[in-house]
Amino acid sequence: MQQDVPGTTFFDGVQAQKGLALNRMCFSFNSAENRAAYLKDKDAYCRKYGLTEAQRKAVTSLNVLAMIEEGGNIYYLAKLAGIFGLNVQDVGAQQTGMTVEAFKSKLQAAGV
Amino acid sequence: MATIIGGVATTHVPSIGKAIAEKKYKDPYWRPFFDGFNYVHSWLSREKPDVAVVFYNDHGLNFFLDKLPTFAVGAAAEYRNEDEGWGIPVSQSAPGDPDLSWHLINSLVADEFDVTMCQEMLIDHAVTIPLQLIWPDQAFPVKIVPVEINTVQHPLPSLKRALALGRSIGRAIESYPKNLRVMMIGTGGLSHQLDGKRAGFINKEFDKLCLDKIVDEPEALTRYSIHDWVAESGAQGVEFLNWMAMRGALTGRVREAHRNYHIPISNTAAATAVYTNEKEVGQKAA
Repeated sequence: MQQDVPGTTFFDGVQAQKGLALNRMCFSFNSAENRAAYLKDKDAYCRKYGLTEAQRKAVTSLNVLAMIEEGGNIYYLAKLAGIFGLNVQDVGAQQTGMTVEAFKSKLQAAGV
Repeated sequence: MATIIGGVATTHVPSIGKAIAEKKYKDPYWRPFFDGFNYVHSWLSREKPDVAVVFYNDHGLNFFLDKLPTFAVGAAAEYRNEDEGWGIPVSQSAPGDPDLSWHLINSLVADEFDVTMCQEMLIDHAVTIPLQLIWPDQAFPVKIVPVEINTVQHPLPSLKRALALGRSIGRAIESYPKNLRVMMIGTGGLSHQLDGKRAGFINKEFDKLCLDKIVDEPEALTRYSIHDWVAESGAQGVEFLNWMAMRGALTGRVREAHRNYHIPISNTAAATAVYTNEKEVGQKAA
């Protein structure tokens, strides 16, 4: 039995099935028109893509760890984050409970 | 006959696309990364390739999770980029070489790599950013054959399989009758993790091991399972599969001509390398 990698969710068949609707919605955000439609009425957009209540709550509150728990894949979630001008440092800081500055310092420190 | 001149491998972080658009080449944050391409430019000005085979992973532009190939080979006359949703400027298109694509596809399937064949294929930042870094501020002077490897949805192919895929492509190119100079490009990595409480994970020692071993002993890296690789290199460090396939396609005597390693670019340990490929003594002339 292989050991878990702490703080890591493998995006496997279990997660992929759970997250298909959520990831499909995020995939639609490749289109500027769809990004605008989402911002106009977020709940209606989530309903259209058939998100579960837990997925809708996670998305609406922009809670990345909760979105991953509900089957979100980070490459797709990044398209949602981009709508709100959040980059991967912002997303990393949120998931690790750090300030963005502290998260950036942690990245810098990895190179020393 | 076609000749494999060598390979260039580089990180493909999306924010590089923005930095290129804003011409931040000399910006203190970006300079250590962009300066790593000076050698690449001088090497290519001498080597003058005609075609590049680009090993990369799609991030939800061409493929969605509904139908996700493990290995996909482009066979289009032109490859367009489109809006990926995270604010990178859309890149110019890259010209394709359908004849070479079909030669590779025929050879791969005959060699039992049952690839997905794509007569239409959008290329995402994992192709366009490396092309822009390698040939800045110009029309891309090479035709490309994109080879896409799944690094998104587990189960992923093994490092051993990616190396073997590259070797099969290397053999196929050497049997191609046209007198072409072909380079390999491998994109992505090195260590990084974007998702979960472990976000921000970087492993300098492991990256150094990878950069050392890939030159002369790529087989040593096939000992790692994908699970081990995620533990050592981060969830997205698995993009090293693209480097392994690139390395596999270099069939002769391989030398590392250039290496640049810099932490961080965005959340990633960034690396750029040039590998030359010389025919082994005794290897049949092309």
